[in-house]
Amino acid sequence: MSSSPASSSPSNSPPANPEPGFNFAYLDEQTKRSIRRAILKAVAIPGHQIPFSSREMPMSYGWGTGGIQVTASVIGQDDTLKVIDQGADDTTNAVNIRRFFKKVCGVATTERTEEATLIQTRHRIPEIPLQEGQVFVYQVPMPEPLYFIEPSRTEANKMHALEEYGPMYVKLYEDITKFGRISLAYDYPVMVNGRHLMNPSPIPRFDNPKMDMNPALQLFGAGREKRIYAIPPYTEVKSLDFEDYPFAVENWDHACEFCGATDSYLDEVVIDDRGGRMWICSDTDYCERRQQERSGTTKKLA
Amino acid sequence: MQPLLTVNNLSKYYGDLRACDRISFTLYPGQVLGIIGESGSGKSTLLDSIAGHVPFDAGTIEYCNRDNSLIDLRTLPEPRRRKLMKTEWGFVRQNPRDGLRMTVTAGANIGERLLDVGDRHYGNIRTEALQWLSEVEIPHGRIDDFPTTFSGGMQQRLQLARILVTRPRIVLMDEPTGGLDVSVQAKLLDLMRSLVRTLNLSVILVTHDIGVVRLLAHRLMVMQNGQVVETGLTDQVLDDPHHPYTQQLVNATLVP
Repeated sequence: MSSSPASSSPSNSPPANPEPGFNFAYLDEQTKRSIRRAILKAVAIPGHQIPFSSREMPMSYGWGTGGIQVTASVIGQDDTLKVIDQGADDTTNAVNIRRFFKKVCGVATTERTEEATLIQTRHRIPEIPLQEGQVFVYQVPMPEPLYFIEPSRTEANKMHALEEYGPMYVKLYEDITKFGRISLAYDYPVMVNGRHLMNPSPIPRFDNPKMDMNPALQLFGAGREKRIYAIPPYTEVKSLDFEDYPFAVENWDHACEFCGATDSYLDEVVIDDRGGRMWICSDTDYCERRQQERSGTTKKLA
Repeated sequence: MQPLLTVNNLSKYYGDLRACDRISFTLYPGQVLGIIGESGSGKSTLLDSIAGHVPFDAGTIEYCNRDNSLIDLRTLPEPRRRKLMKTEWGFVRQNPRDGLRMTVTAGANIGERLLDVGDRHYGNIRTEALQWLSEVEIPHGRIDDFPTTFSGGMQQRLQLARILVTRPRIVLMDEPTGGLDVSVQAKLLDLMRSLVRTLNLSVILVTHDIGVVRLLAHRLMVMQNGQVVETGLTDQVLDDPHHPYTQQLVNATLVP
């Protein structure tokens, strides 16, 4: 574990000149335009998956190629970018994607949720509420919620078209039967705008309520599966449940070891080989800011 | 009495092959119609056409729904047809593996149609599932077991429960007793007969087992090469067959 003042963090940087030899945001203008067209469609039909011509990106599938293409097609010179991976700003995926956009766009970057105009995320929604005007981009591995019930895409599309979502509840029924509760911990399916069943990408169930009536524009990009979908600002997002087994988020018997938060999503970290554990905020920005307020110093995982 | 289902001159071709050639019949509420014939005579194609699994080429099918209005199944929009199939109709397949979800428990299999029609109360679904397990004589203790652990006869009874849970009015059965041994067949037939009577079901039963139709069917249609060659009351057709093919069929039956 190390201590460092947040202000000197390398990820808060002003705009700079992009690397020569690349088009702005790496993709060429026609590609960005085609992706934006898909995004516009997606916004027009909340929760509905729009196919798009996903491109090869300089990273492998599964590392956020969908999110990165969506970000690249909506990012502008004046944007301030924040990238998080499992809530953290300083993990491999986040650092590399941020550096990539710094290099090909020269945009300002930040770790502070409320300062960012554009946030790309893998598997978390920040604890600090998103605001109007912000664009929030999710990296999606599997966009089709019906896939594990109906492997045929044609049939799944028909089920979406006819709003036949009964089989999805069969999965929840099985959960309650086996475990006494709905045990889905992440990628918990939601109904968007009372019409389309949607996979929220593997965010923890804890974050599901944050999507409901959110003032920010939420965009979802699945690179390998070549699908884009969206939740426009102030759209109703409801997690599936049963009348007698209502949806509930996780809670912990612990507070964050570093900042003492009891209202955030906590990661369980094994600290030794004798069963020692501690619980810390998964959202590093939130955690460090609370630590600053309390003690003026920040602790991090080494 | 108004017929529940009226099939008029239904034809289905596979290229030059006439799988079903101008077939007409009416089905009344509470009636069991047996269709027998050799393999390849078009029985299953007829059933699939009626259920909408395959589109047919000519003819009309009219169905009188719960609200007593006539529906033309040929022109019915697909969303409504699919809804109808999940509420007022049921389809029992020969191989229960095609009709059941083998990877989810028996309770979920029965509950699926309830979930399809919008029931969202776990407790109610479970109560209903238990009730239907008793109806089809499967012990309550098996509700959380997978259908893969069931015997063939139990799987077939579970398939019945899965369909009957939404109280359909018409059940189409494609050789429901095929592949079962004789004693299990007898039990299933017995159960089907009592269910048909208590629930006032109308059934179209496709089979090539004369014993099954004799036991269950009120009326009988004999098919050969895509055509209906003989039709009438079951006992009448079986005891006094007129068409050479029916005579042959009745003669070929083994009598122990």
